[in-house]
Amino acid sequence: MKYQLLIGAVLGAALTGAIAAGSANAVEYKIVEDTVPQSLTGKPGDPANGKKTAINRRKGNCLACHDMPIPEQADHGQVGPPLLGVGSRLSEAELRMRVIDSKVINPDTIMPAFYRSTGLHRVLKKWQGKTIVSAQEVEDIVAYLMTLKE
Amino acid sequence: MKRTIIRVTVAVGASVLLAACVAAAPKEKTALEKRLEDPRVKNYIVGEKMTGYVFATAATRTVQDDDFENPAFLWVDIGEENWSKVDGAAGKSCASCHGDAPDSMKGVGATYPKYSGETKKLMALQHRINWERENRMKAKPWKWESDEMLGMTAYVKLQSRGMPVNVKIDGPAKPFYEAGKKFYNQRRGMLDMACANCHVDYPATMIRSNLLSQGMPNGFPTYRLKWQKVGSLHRRFRGCNKQVRAAPYKQGTDEYTNLELFLMDRARDLPMETPSVRM
Repeated sequence: MKYQLLIGAVLGAALTGAIAAGSANAVEYKIVEDTVPQSLTGKPGDPANGKKTAINRRKGNCLACHDMPIPEQADHGQVGPPLLGVGSRLSEAELRMRVIDSKVINPDTIMPAFYRSTGLHRVLKKWQGKTIVSAQEVEDIVAYLMTLKE
Repeated sequence: MKRTIIRVTVAVGASVLLAACVAAAPKEKTALEKRLEDPRVKNYIVGEKMTGYVFATAATRTVQDDDFENPAFLWVDIGEENWSKVDGAAGKSCASCHGDAPDSMKGVGATYPKYSGETKKLMALQHRINWERENRMKAKPWKWESDEMLGMTAYVKLQSRGMPVNVKIDGPAKPFYEAGKKFYNQRRGMLDMACANCHVDYPATMIRSNLLSQGMPNGFPTYRLKWQKVGSLHRRFRGCNKQVRAAPYKQGTDEYTNLELFLMDRARDLPMETPSVRM
C-alpha cells in the first residue's frame, strides 16, 4: 500500500480525476476537475486553528504573500492575490485543491504545494518525506478561508 | 461589421473612462516608487536593471555611501594590509608581482568569475586568490568565509567600483554559464521555488516586510546588517536555498560558482559597488 501511494504521487497529481497521493505519510485524495471535493480527514476543519496555521511562519505563512483580513498582523505580502472574499469567490473544493497543490491548476505558480512531499528537488534532510502542513491543518485552513466572505 | 465597430468603440470608451477614474483616485505610492524618489539611486539603474542599492532603505544607502561609516571597510583594510604582507615559502606578497592594487587590479573584479585555461575551470575571485597563494606564494589557502579572504576579495573588487560588470560567457565559459542558468531556473526545496520565481517574477514586490530585489550580485562581498559582518555571495546563496528548505551547497562549489557567473551576466553593465551594505 505504501508503495502504491508513493508511485501514484507525481503522476496522479498531474492527471485530473486520477487518485493522487502526497507521500507515505500523506493521505490519498481524488482530484475532480481541478478541485478536491472530499475532506482529507473526514473531520470538519476548525477555522480558528486554520487562522493560526495560516499565520504561523513555519506552516501556512500565508501572510508572506497574501493580504488577509488579519489587521493584528503587520506587513502583509503582495505576491499573491488578496484573500479577503476568497470564501465567496471559490468553493471549498477549489480552495482545498489550491492549498494542497496549486501547481495542478497553474504549473508556473510560485505558491508552494502545502500537502505534497514528492517530486521535489534537494529538500533539506529534516523536511524530506514531510508535507508543509498536515491533512487536518489543510482542512482547518480551508475552513478558515471559507469564512472570508465578501 | 458595423455592430462590431460599435462594440469595440463602446468597449474602448468604457476602458478609457475606467482608466480615468483609476487615475483620478489618490493612489498610494509603491515601495519602489518611494525609493526611486531618492536622487542617489539613479547611478544604480541601467535600463530595467537595478542593483540592491535601489531596493535598500535610505538609511542603509547612507551607510554604504560613506566609506568611513561603511563597516565593510574594516574588512577592506584587512585586505589592503595583507596585499603587501609576505606570506608562504616563496617569500612573496601580492604586491611582489602586482605592485599597487589600485593600478594593477583596476577593473579585474568586474570580470569574475572567469574561465582559466590553466586550471580548465571557472574560477571565482576567491579561487584565483587561493590559486595564487598556493602556487606562486607557496602559502596556505584561506578559508572562503575567513576575514582574510573576505577582506582580500572586497579590496580587489573595490578597485573596480563604479565600473560596469563585464564577465565573459562565450567560448570556454559557455557551459558554466548554461549550468548557472539552469540552476537559477530550477525549482528546489520543500517550498519548490527557483531563484527566478522571486527575483525575475516578483522584484519590487513586498514579501511580508521585505522588498524583493532583482537579486543582483555586484555589491558582494557585502556588509549585511543581519549578519553583523561582511559575507560572500555564496553565503547569501546558502541562505536563500535554506529559506526554501533546500539543501545548500558549500561555498566555492562549482554549482555556486556557475550561478555566480549567471548572476554577474544578469548584472552586466550595472556598476560594481563592492563593498555594499544590505539588510
